[in-house]
Amino acid sequence: MKFDDRLFQHDFPNGLTLVADYMPWLQSAAFSIAIPAGCKLDPAGRFGLCNLSCEHAFRETKTLSSRELVETLDLLGCDYYSSTSVMCTYFGGALPAVHLDQALPVYADVVMNPRLSEEWLEEARMSCIQEVESLEDDLPSKVMSLLRMHHYGDPWGRIPEGTVDSLETISLDEIKQFVSRSYVPRGTVIAVAGQFDFEKLRDQIGTLFGAWKNPAGESTNGFVTALTGLESHIPFPSKQTHIGIAWPGVAYDDDDWFLARGAVGVLSDGMSSRLFREVREKRGLCYSVMASCHAIPGRGSCFGYCGTTTEAAQQALDVMLAEISRLQDGINEDELRRLKVQVRSGLIMQQESCRSRVGTMISDWLLLGRLRPVDEPGRRMEAITVDQMNRYLTAHPAGPFQLVTLGETPLEIARAVPTTHT
Amino acid sequence: MQYRQHTLDNGLTILAECNDLAHFLSLGFFVRTGARDEAIEDGGVSHFLEHMVFKGTNATSADEVNLLLDDMGSSSNARTGEESTIYHASILPEFQSPMVGLLANLMRPALRDEDFETEKKVIIEEIMMYDDQPPWGGYERLMQDYFGAHRLGQSVLGSVESVTGLTPQRMRQYHASRYSPDNMALVVSGKTDFDRLVTDTEQICRKWQPQSTGREIVSAAPHPGLTTMVKDEAHLQYLIHLAPGPSVDDEDRYAVRLLSMILGDTSGSRVFWEMLDTGLAESAGIGGYEYLGTGLIMSYFCSMPEKAPQNAEILHRILANAVHGVSERELEISRQKVVSQILLASEKTNSRMFSVGGQWLNGHPFRTPSEIAESYRQVTLDQVNEVASRWQLTKGRTLTSGSLGNLVWPA
Repeated sequence: MKFDDRLFQHDFPNGLTLVADYMPWLQSAAFSIAIPAGCKLDPAGRFGLCNLSCEHAFRETKTLSSRELVETLDLLGCDYYSSTSVMCTYFGGALPAVHLDQALPVYADVVMNPRLSEEWLEEARMSCIQEVESLEDDLPSKVMSLLRMHHYGDPWGRIPEGTVDSLETISLDEIKQFVSRSYVPRGTVIAVAGQFDFEKLRDQIGTLFGAWKNPAGESTNGFVTALTGLESHIPFPSKQTHIGIAWPGVAYDDDDWFLARGAVGVLSDGMSSRLFREVREKRGLCYSVMASCHAIPGRGSCFGYCGTTTEAAQQALDVMLAEISRLQDGINEDELRRLKVQVRSGLIMQQESCRSRVGTMISDWLLLGRLRPVDEPGRRMEAITVDQMNRYLTAHPAGPFQLVTLGETPLEIARAVPTTHT
Repeated sequence: MQYRQHTLDNGLTILAECNDLAHFLSLGFFVRTGARDEAIEDGGVSHFLEHMVFKGTNATSADEVNLLLDDMGSSSNARTGEESTIYHASILPEFQSPMVGLLANLMRPALRDEDFETEKKVIIEEIMMYDDQPPWGGYERLMQDYFGAHRLGQSVLGSVESVTGLTPQRMRQYHASRYSPDNMALVVSGKTDFDRLVTDTEQICRKWQPQSTGREIVSAAPHPGLTTMVKDEAHLQYLIHLAPGPSVDDEDRYAVRLLSMILGDTSGSRVFWEMLDTGLAESAGIGGYEYLGTGLIMSYFCSMPEKAPQNAEILHRILANAVHGVSERELEISRQKVVSQILLASEKTNSRMFSVGGQWLNGHPFRTPSEIAESYRQVTLDQVNEVASRWQLTKGRTLTSGSLGNLVWPA
């Protein structure tokens, strides 16, 4: 089957979009409903409203009790989830494909008719507060969350989980208002991947979500606020020092995206990558070291992480920064060849997982505004030459860097390395 | 889909689930060795050896190994447990021969002194990394306290002290005694050229000499009690309880897995409705671990410290009340979930490799995902209620970790 023959898209009159990837060799299907109701809509002092709304909405609907909802999905063998990000609220799942048409009505009910009763509010609130507290115990996440706040500012650096203080005071009315204003078909995308009959799927989605109406006006808010109290070092009696580094990257829809992604691949993809080799393999400074690309609409960034004992931490940071900076001297033919085969291999591997394809389709839709043909990453990467890559790297040296550390002692960025002070 | 098997004269087993329709290939060397096979003074040697294997052979350096793995665009890794060590890679089928060659050669590593000292630092970093993660070494400590002197209580990572004390010489002896061809299997799934696989493996592995690699399966008795770890900085409180469960060979294992799901799955279980849906706990669950000769049923939760005593009471009650039986509807829901999980996992080439290899590690004959799913479908309500009475879920040992020093497991 040709890659292009697999992708489907349908736009419904109420602004809802269905995108689908037909993978007939699978017996399973996965889906995600991405509603443009992310935590960027949380008003000032109400951080966590989006997450609490999501938690509360998935508890019961006007027709299904909490027990009926969960048991229906469990009996369908549906591995379900709900989550939030800065951009969206997501409801989704993966299940045997023969049950897909029975699961979708439950989800339509959740997004269109959540009950949002007073009865379960405190339970939902407690769940969300504990999510925030569990992040406090997860030191790498704590460092990287703070780094994203430094790097993106508000609202893109927000943590969807919010803060305990604001979660404690959010009222049921605020949740109801958030859901009625933000759980809207305009801008919502439903992604489905796996085994399905597209015409039937499209018709069923049309029937289930056809009555979903948009409220009058836009669902954005005007309460953007600056975050305060940011620190570059968090003193903590931990065994390791946890290091987070951020530097500017390239937007997902930029022509240079694949060059920038390739450069980070040279740093961090595989066991021969530069960070793994120089920080861990040659010097034994850490167990975990990595770098990755991250994107928000119109902007891309690179993030690096390393967890290392206090005594080794400064050297680990120095070597990381040296390697990241050394990218501007260029990469070689072998490194590019390895990148290309990794991309090709990853593309084939993704064909085994409808869940993975749904994730990619949602990202493409949110950041590109279109579906990327399944083989496009492979083709684009294959076309890159070393000269092209090195011209890009020379013209775009990594930096300025932002640093957040957690551990016994603060670290310093060497003077020669460009930095941004926050 | 075709299942094929071949055994070399020296005892090395080759197992393959060949799927001509697949576009991918996963392969791995499965070795029947892990923490339970270590002398106490060698704690962590299995896992350290797993790292050292990637440092190369007499003919290839560590750098060259890493380059070769990436040249094939492989997604490769290794894992060490109490009873097994597995080296695996997922690749495009065109790389079958070179990957078989690379992994097979790595099974006879050089174990160079200079690599040993550098990698020792990485292992210590790994131990420190887990010490920073909740429940801050609590699981390892509980295993140790539950099993007492039994080798299953040996930490897979070892301690900073035991790893520091290891020498290349001790590791070479351990390798020689455990990596005997008749204690290993090469397991492949996906688009496989089986004849080529056998030829390539024969060429490299036939010279490996078998050693005597017996493994004494000593029965394990739990050491009941409470272990308390205090961590003042913790925001949440963690509790883990271990009770005896069925071994890999115990016919109860299907019914016990279904019972565990009824009681403690993360969705729709009794724990879910009483502890998670109510917002009392951040996470909670009950699940089984099967070993040779013994098994564990682990129950756990983490929650705000002020809710922890209440959660401990509820979790204990859910386990204790299992003897009063479960309903047919609860069983049906759990069956559906298990069968669906088996289906979803069966679509991934590397999951199939782990399933085929896991069956070999346990000494079981090959069974397809459908056959395994059928075993769960055939479990009756009577069987589940019988195992709920037979296995004493509240017995065993408990560990708490967090800011509370006085949290207890109800008597």
